[in-house]
Amino acid sequence: MQINRRDFLKKAGIAGVSLIAGGMLYKVFKGDDIISVTDQSNVNTRWAMLIDMKKCAGKPDCSDCISACNKGHNVPAIADIRREIKWIWKADFESVFPENTNEYTDASVRSQNVIVACNHCENPPCVRVCPVGATWKRADGIVMMDHHRCIGCRYCMAACPYGSRSFNWKDPRRILSRNDINAEYPVRTKGVVEKCNFCAERIDTGKQPLCVEACTERAILFGNIADSGSEIRRALKGKHVLRRKAELGTNPEIYYLI
Amino acid sequence: MLEKVLTGKKHYWMLIGGLLALMIPGIFFYVKQIQEGLAVTGMSRDVSWGLYISQFTFLVGVAASAVVVVIPYYLHNIKQFGRLVILGEFLAVSAVFMCLLFIFADMGQPFRILNVLLYPSPNSLMFWDTVALLGYLVLNLVIAWTALSAEYKGVPVPGWITPLIYLSIPWAISIHTVTAFLYAGLPGRPLWLTSIMGARFIASAFASGPSLLILLCLIVRKYTSFDPGIPQLKAVARIVIYALIINLFFIILEFFTAYYSGIPSHRHSLEYLYFGLTGNGSLVWFMRISLVLGVAGLAGLLFQSKRENTTLLTVSLIAVFFSVWLDKGLGLVVGGFIPTPFESITEYSPAITEIAVSLSIFAVGFLILTMLYKIVITIRVSNEG
Repeated sequence: MQINRRDFLKKAGIAGVSLIAGGMLYKVFKGDDIISVTDQSNVNTRWAMLIDMKKCAGKPDCSDCISACNKGHNVPAIADIRREIKWIWKADFESVFPENTNEYTDASVRSQNVIVACNHCENPPCVRVCPVGATWKRADGIVMMDHHRCIGCRYCMAACPYGSRSFNWKDPRRILSRNDINAEYPVRTKGVVEKCNFCAERIDTGKQPLCVEACTERAILFGNIADSGSEIRRALKGKHVLRRKAELGTNPEIYYLI
Repeated sequence: MLEKVLTGKKHYWMLIGGLLALMIPGIFFYVKQIQEGLAVTGMSRDVSWGLYISQFTFLVGVAASAVVVVIPYYLHNIKQFGRLVILGEFLAVSAVFMCLLFIFADMGQPFRILNVLLYPSPNSLMFWDTVALLGYLVLNLVIAWTALSAEYKGVPVPGWITPLIYLSIPWAISIHTVTAFLYAGLPGRPLWLTSIMGARFIASAFASGPSLLILLCLIVRKYTSFDPGIPQLKAVARIVIYALIINLFFIILEFFTAYYSGIPSHRHSLEYLYFGLTGNGSLVWFMRISLVLGVAGLAGLLFQSKRENTTLLTVSLIAVFFSVWLDKGLGLVVGGFIPTPFESITEYSPAITEIAVSLSIFAVGFLILTMLYKIVITIRVSNEG
């Protein structure tokens, strides 16, 4: 049998395409994704945060939680608000809870600062849309980011209804000063998305998140909301709390005490 | 057949040269974008997709619209579309190619793009869109190339291609539906969260894509000795009329739901796009011009049908094409991000980088298109001559 170059190239092409497609199909059906790989922690755990806005409002100029987080996670300070990287930050009540504001709401309430971060939704749209599994939800509910896998398509930013995700429009290493870098936590590269990770790296060693630890007013309570005996559950008992855009069905895990 | 692209008259080489020249600035700006990051674009934390993804969205529609000539020819056996089918399919090929380049240009980490294949995520519409686009590219290339080879050799089209042609029809619809699903399934973006999105995408695609195809055919008719046939082009223009009417109707439906229900979040984006919101409205005039062009294009198309000369046809089609381009290739994607989840407004305007890179990608697309059309035309002219 004689095979000429044209036929060889054709056949090699078909073989190559089928190999790739076959491999993809196998992966899709086997469900060998990062969720199952990391599904090893206790399923009885759901990490959640309760933010007491009264305590927080008592010190309007305080930003201890934000600085602690930024320092601990090497979040660069960018002056241009269009290019900012934000893990935890303040926004006014009216823009955080527009559905809970009416025309008689006091101006002082409207403009009161509210701490916002990634809500670590139980049903996270960002995880659903990521085309490469670079953002995923751990069994304990923390929504994680793999900065080495992220292709920077920013679909998760379009999907997040809370504006909790930031993109590295430029190389953060050029902005961070060498002396300030926390060597314990990785610095990101340009072109990837990042966000609050509930300090997964600390929780796994039994510590509290940095923001919780930094707050002298103890305005942020962090704990396992799945455990009926936990401090956060006791604090929630009988209280009326708010969650951001709960009607979207994302089930955010940050609760606000007004 | 490929060798046909290597010979041509002066006009052909001038066009090739022009397109190559148009590519150069974009390459320079893209290198800069790779070095500096996407900070060199006009995109921001709030408007995180811009011109690139808009062009991608628009061009998927142009690609999908090839079925407008494929269905009548292959399913209804309307022979007069035979002169247009391969041209339509090659337009789809170049459009998909541009789509892929626009996605690539938008990536923060373009060199990791193969992660999409390495970690296939069926829960992501982006994954399905990649599969759909690559599949559609291969389908159209194989179908058109095989049909053209048969024509070249003067033999009947091989039978194995028929199932592929039938497959390509739902596939074309699927590429644009899946692209609409990219947007229509996101909980926090009320402008996009509409079940009519898929239908509207297809209607606007069938208005803009065939408009471009007819315009290209008119150019081919004027500058080459191959004539796709005015009656044929007018038949396609009739399809444009229907699609355009449906598209304009869908826009009315969107306005009705948002305004009559009175739900602020659903109204805000439309308000921003067409009237301006709290003093911001950089897209208002573009969106209004889009509406005017759409209505004027429709009127023009209705009036031209009885005319011999093609001037009104040409002008109307240009109006329709740009009407849809402004709506889908500019307003739709950007408008979805405004207002932000915090009800604030961050405006977007493309940076010079995005414009240069986009022009460059269009040049690549039209270069591919020119070469593919060159092959078709050379073969047709020599066969007919």
